[in-house]
Amino acid sequence: MIYLNAFLFAGTVCLLGQILLDNTKLTPGHITSIFVVVGAFLDVFDIYDTFVLWAGGGALVPITSFGHLLIHGAMDTVENFGVMGLFTGMFDLTSSGIVAAIIFSFTFALVFHPKD
Amino acid sequence: MDKNKYQMLVQKYTPKENRLYHGLLAFLIGGLMGVLGQFLISFYSFYFSIPTKDASVFMIITLVFLGCFLTGLGFFDKMVSFARCGLIIPITGFAHSMMSAALEYRKEGLVTGIGANIFKLAGTVIMFGVVSAYFFGLLRYFVMGG
Repeated sequence: MIYLNAFLFAGTVCLLGQILLDNTKLTPGHITSIFVVVGAFLDVFDIYDTFVLWAGGGALVPITSFGHLLIHGAMDTVENFGVMGLFTGMFDLTSSGIVAAIIFSFTFALVFHPKD
Repeated sequence: MDKNKYQMLVQKYTPKENRLYHGLLAFLIGGLMGVLGQFLISFYSFYFSIPTKDASVFMIITLVFLGCFLTGLGFFDKMVSFARCGLIIPITGFAHSMMSAALEYRKEGLVTGIGANIFKLAGTVIMFGVVSAYFFGLLRYFVMGG
């Protein structure tokens, strides 16, 4: 059942992105930025957490979960360190994705050559 | 089935506009990416017997690896132009933007090429994510009490 939910949620997010891309003059960069901000906004009221419970990996794959994880990591440290936790804990949960992207793209850029 | 009836059937099922086709394609591919993510989470948490939270970290690393690797091999650009938002919105799009920037500026050297330009496309995501998370975090801390 969670696979169906994951399919529906991730598909709907991508469909919204495609509708924005086709009907406006926004570039993919604009759209991913908008979706990150939307994900962070939804986490203010804990809405995104219910999405994650409902759709599992389907809610963690789209880029909206990036904003959600940023604010989530910050909020975890805010509980211990007060408002300064916003600065120390922001990347706690997202660092895996960013570090993996940096490491893989650097090493692969040394190995592979552009095709055209 | 006679020819007219067949034509009508074909017309009924042919997408009327390219936008509809692209939208459905994005829905389908994006949904499959979500299913793949959920499958990887279940797979890792079952075989390595780790909690779901750690398995989701593994899942994100796997998808980032796939995005970088396929971009390096040259397949992913074609897949992105085929599925568009179905692959741009998932985390693979983030990996793809960094990998293609690294490949493109590779010939300008390690520091001035890759180092300076790797975040050229992905930097907007990180910057707007951090700025919005900071202000929404302040809102949550002061208005809603954490």
